[in-house]
Amino acid sequence: MLILPVLGFPLFSAIILAFTGHRSWASRVNGALSFVTFIASLFLARKVLTGGPILLANETFYVDSFNVFLISLTAFVGFTTALFSGPYMKIEEKKGKVNPKVLRLYHSAYQVFLFTMLLALLSNNLGILWVAIEGATLATVLLVSLYRTRASIEAAWKYFILCGVGISQALFGTILLYFAAEKILGPGGESLLWTHLYQIRFQLEPTVLKIAFVFLLVGYGTKVGLAPLHNWLPDAHAEGPTPISAVLSGLLLNVALYALVRCKVLVDGALHSPLASEMMMGFGLLSIVIAVFSMLRRKDVKRLFAYSSIEHMGIATFAFGLGGALATFAALLHMTVHSLTKSSIFFSVGHATQISGTQQIPEIRGLIARVPRLGWGLLLGSFAILGMPPFGVFASEFIVLSVAMKQSPWTTPILLVSLAVAFGVIFFRVGGMVLGKGEKNTMEHPPALFPIFLHLGLVLLLGLFIPPFLAHWYEQAALLIG
Amino acid sequence: MTLAHESPFGIEMVNLLGAFILLVAFAMLASRRTLSLIRLFAFQGFFLSASIFLVAFLSGETNLYYSAFFTLGLKVVLLPWILRDLTRRLGISQDIEALVNVPVTMIIGIGIVVFSFSLASPILEAASTVTRSLIGVGLACVLLSFLVMITRKKAMTQIIGFLAMENGLLFSATNATYGMPMVVELAIALDVLIGAIIFGIFFFQIRETFESLDLKYFEKLKEDEESC
Repeated sequence: MLILPVLGFPLFSAIILAFTGHRSWASRVNGALSFVTFIASLFLARKVLTGGPILLANETFYVDSFNVFLISLTAFVGFTTALFSGPYMKIEEKKGKVNPKVLRLYHSAYQVFLFTMLLALLSNNLGILWVAIEGATLATVLLVSLYRTRASIEAAWKYFILCGVGISQALFGTILLYFAAEKILGPGGESLLWTHLYQIRFQLEPTVLKIAFVFLLVGYGTKVGLAPLHNWLPDAHAEGPTPISAVLSGLLLNVALYALVRCKVLVDGALHSPLASEMMMGFGLLSIVIAVFSMLRRKDVKRLFAYSSIEHMGIATFAFGLGGALATFAALLHMTVHSLTKSSIFFSVGHATQISGTQQIPEIRGLIARVPRLGWGLLLGSFAILGMPPFGVFASEFIVLSVAMKQSPWTTPILLVSLAVAFGVIFFRVGGMVLGKGEKNTMEHPPALFPIFLHLGLVLLLGLFIPPFLAHWYEQAALLIG
Repeated sequence: MTLAHESPFGIEMVNLLGAFILLVAFAMLASRRTLSLIRLFAFQGFFLSASIFLVAFLSGETNLYYSAFFTLGLKVVLLPWILRDLTRRLGISQDIEALVNVPVTMIIGIGIVVFSFSLASPILEAASTVTRSLIGVGLACVLLSFLVMITRKKAMTQIIGFLAMENGLLFSATNATYGMPMVVELAIALDVLIGAIIFGIFFFQIRETFESLDLKYFEKLKEDEESC
């Protein structure tokens, strides 16, 4: 039973942290237990690496090459964000923005959030997958409103309602999927198990699956942050505490996209037509364009990077839509590197806003002069997210572009223009923030620099060299998704 | 699919209950008072539970009996009680909401029903349940509840719309497939319950900060930031 620790530790930590209340060691316990979860996920990954896909506990859980790296990634970012949130929350506490009662909720809900993410990834049952993703919304909604400011409560409400409505559409899609499967597999729990559905995907009723996919795309697409359903995302990212912005961007969006792609595999099998792929390409492209042009007018730094997340999820969705081994490989790589880079950026941005006392870009100046390593971290992170070589984002975007050029050339100019605009906007805004004069600052508590550079190091590594086991997983998953 | 109990009258009754559920959804669109909305929601839950019970009897699916009881407990007793308690404690039980253009909303609602039925027609051809003609009703309920949410500007009434949407989903699931697997239904019910607790907390947060549960004060996050 390798799955039990992966799911058990977050749940256990949530209960411990909820019951002990806030202690000075709570953030360290949070980090330590997240680390244990990460180690457990590595053991699971090793098992899959040596033994292939595994089905466990009466087919309730399924781990294959598509979700195994996402599980490790989720546990890893969960761990590093917990490391970051320690110092971050200490500073917030010293500034009087949070109190022990709030921190208790924060730590406990953080672990519940990790639990739901991991459950969503591990579950073989599409119904449980839905429930887990909805659970993730519920776990984070009170975290978004943690500061109890008007803006944060409004953002949380918007997040709650929009994602709730969206995800209800996904449930209707899941019901239709079950309905189509039940006719072949018979009633009972098996008809929602992905492994069973995968085997009969060619026999599923095409018209039903077509309608089901529209609902699933709208539903999970809301959570991925695909335009025009993305309205909740910038608000939730900007108004919540920064560690939550980091995990929302780095993890939640990925998991929602994962759910969508799992369903797409089934729909593709039934439909014999590229409808699902074309819809994903369309939504992806629209998201890229809308996100990039929305960036132009943004003055709030967290909002700016939230739009950048929409853009990058758009790129990944577009790449999944393109289909084929190469584009899917790029999409999976992009999910990985975006998650690492964006959370690193949010770590630096979080400390930067603490130093400046504001999220307004024009008022954040001279970061490199004030806290040199933090400034460099933000600058390098921005280079990475803009797709500068040798970082990993460059590799994935380059593959996506070259496949797009070959398969649907008309999309290339749109992609190139969007990437160029995003480059210009982020480059100059970040340039303004990190450069310039400033007094050397001493922060109330030393900032968490280790996670920032750890993530950037990994992104750099993935740009230069993808380890063979990871490439193997990506290739296997790409074969599966097609 | 073979039935446990062949009864044309039973099927007629399920259809009738479906019609009631749809009727309640329309009544929600026009209802101005928070308390009457909660009552309508409880009614909808009751009709839903009765229809699940009847489908369970007709089809002989034991799981559906449990589902019917859960629905009765959760949607008719527990959630309306929580909602009423909240309105009392928040002092909004006498709230009257100014609705703009009820006739237009109604006409849009009728359009939604027509749309739902036309969308559901290819699905029903593939369905084998006796109650398949009600899939359209389920979808219409989901979309009508969505309309309720759009037309409301108060936190409480938006939440009732949200919960009614879940009723529509459950109704579709019952009539299209004789219910989802038990684990899934239980997990969904748990989600709804946790959701209810969270929005309860939320109401107090909103009122504490805005001194009102009226969402018209929610204007700060307009996306029109000035350009840099």
